Amino acid sequence: MLLEVEGLSAGYGALAVLRGIDLSVEPGEVVAVLGANGAGKTTLNRVLSGLLRPTAGRVRFAGEDITGADPAAIVARGLIHVPEGRRIFPDLSVRETLELGSYRRARNRRASNLERVFTLFPRLRERARQAGGTLSGGEQQMLAIGRGLMAEPLLLILDEPSLGLSPLLVEEMFALIATLRAAGPAILIVEQNVVQSLLAATRGYVLENGTMALAGDAAALLDDPDLRKTYLGL
Amino acid sequence: MAWDLLLPAVLDGLTNGAVYALVALGLTLIYGVLHIINFAHGSLLMLALYAAYFLYSLLGISPYAALPILMPAFFALGYGVQRWIVAPASHGREQNVLMITLGLAIVLDNLALYAFTSTTRSIDLPLAGESIDFGVAVIGVPKLIACAGALLLAGALWLMLARTDLGRAIRAVAREPEGARLVGIRVERIYAITFGIGTACVAASACLLLPSFYVTPQVGYAFVLIAFTTVVLGGMGSLPGALLAGLLLGVIEAVSGLYLGESLGQLGIYAVFILILLFRPTGLFGARAA
Repeated sequence: MLLEVEGLSAGYGALAVLRGIDLSVEPGEVVAVLGANGAGKTTLNRVLSGLLRPTAGRVRFAGEDITGADPAAIVARGLIHVPEGRRIFPDLSVRETLELGSYRRARNRRASNLERVFTLFPRLRERARQAGGTLSGGEQQMLAIGRGLMAEPLLLILDEPSLGLSPLLVEEMFALIATLRAAGPAILIVEQNVVQSLLAATRGYVLENGTMALAGDAAALLDDPDLRKTYLGL
Repeated sequence: MAWDLLLPAVLDGLTNGAVYALVALGLTLIYGVLHIINFAHGSLLMLALYAAYFLYSLLGISPYAALPILMPAFFALGYGVQRWIVAPASHGREQNVLMITLGLAIVLDNLALYAFTSTTRSIDLPLAGESIDFGVAVIGVPKLIACAGALLLAGALWLMLARTDLGRAIRAVAREPEGARLVGIRVERIYAITFGIGTACVAASACLLLPSFYVTPQVGYAFVLIAFTTVVLGGMGSLPGALLAGLLLGVIEAVSGLYLGESLGQLGIYAVFILILLFRPTGLFGARAA
C-alpha cells in the first residue's frame, strides 16, 4: 500500500470539514476522489501535503507515518501535490520553475528529468525562458504538473486539474493523465468532473459533507444509480 | 554652471549613491519577499557602524578587513531577529510587524545611547586622506572603495538571486509562498534567510561607510530616510530599481548641494522624488498596479 489514510479528521478552528475519512492508493494506481464544492476535497489535499494538520486519524505513505509532518518532509518522501489554481511562481521562468520542482527531491537527476518534462510538454520547451505568470491557463497547468514531475513523485495529487480550462483542454488533460500513468507514479485525481475522472481512474471515492459516501471500482461507480442521480442528474 | 564643478559633483554623488543603494537593497529585498517594512533597518546600520568602529579602535581591525566578520555576524543577527522576534510576535498581521520593527528600532537606538553616549565617533584610517586625481575630479580613496564594494555586492546579490537554488526559492516565496511550500521549500526559513541577507547588506554598508563617515546612536536616521526614498523611487521590492534610484539620489543630492548649498542638498532629493512619483506612482521599476 502506497498511501493509507485512516479515520482522518481535519478542519479550521471549530469548523470540522473532514470527519473520519478512509482512503488508500496502491503503487501505480489512478484513484479519483470526487465531490461537490465544499465536500472537503481541498481540505483532504491540504492535509495530505502537510499544509494543514489533521485533528484525528493517521496518514501512512510508502511505509512511514507522515501524520502532521511538514510539507518539505512530505515532498522529500515523494508525495507531490499539484495544487488547485496551479500556484505558479509568476516571476520565475518556465525553466527556473521546473528546476525548483527538484528543490527538495531528485536534485541530482535535474537535467534528465527536465528533458523528460520538456519531451512530455513540448509547449513548455518553447516557452522555457518566458515568465510563468505570462502563460495561458492551460500552459500554467502543464507547468504545475511538470514542476511536480521534476521531483520524481511516487504519488502525484492532481487537485482540480480541469478547473478553468476550456472543454478541449479538459480532454487533453485527461489524455495526459493516461500518459502519466504509463510513466509510473500513482495518481490521485481530485475533481468535480465525475465522468472523465472515473474513465481515467481504476478506483474512485465520493466525498460528501466530509465523509466518504461511496467507494469502489471506477466502472462500478459510473453505473451506480445514486451517483448517477446525484452528480449526473440521470 | 561650469563643467569643471558639475562633473566632480556628479562623480562624488555616484560614490555616495552606491552606498545609499546598498542600504536600500537590503530594505527592498526584505520588503519584496516578506512584504514587511523594516523600521529597524537604520538602527541595524547604526549597530553595524559601532561594531566596525570598535573592531578598529579596540582590535585594530580595519573596516574593510571587518567585512568578512561583520557580514556573517549580521546575517545571523537578522536571521535570528526574523525567526525568533518578528515572526513569532507578528501572528501574521502586518500592523504587528510594523510595531515590532519600530519598537526594535527604539530599543536599539536607546540602548546605544545608554551604552555609547551621544558622542560622535569616527576613525582615522591611514588611507582616509588619500585621493585619486581623475583629471576631471579628485575623489577620496575610501569613497572609491565604498562605491566599488557596493556595486560588487549588488552584483553578487543579483547573481545569487538569478542563478542559485536559494535565490530562486527566495523569488518563488516572494510571490507564491504556498506554491513554494508544495515544492518542499521551508518558507519560514527563507523568510529568515532573506532578513539575514538584508541585514548583511547593512553590515557591508557600515564597513564601507565608516572610513569616510561617523557614528552616533542617531546615525541610522540619516540613511534610513534616504533608503526608504530609494526603495519607493526604485519601485517597492525591485532590486535594479533600488540600485538605480540610489545612484540617482546620490547624484541629485550632490548636484543640488552645488546649487543650493551643501545643507540644502537633500532638498533636491525630495523635489525629484515627488516629481517622479507624480508621473510614475509605482516608482521607476515598480510593477504596475494589477
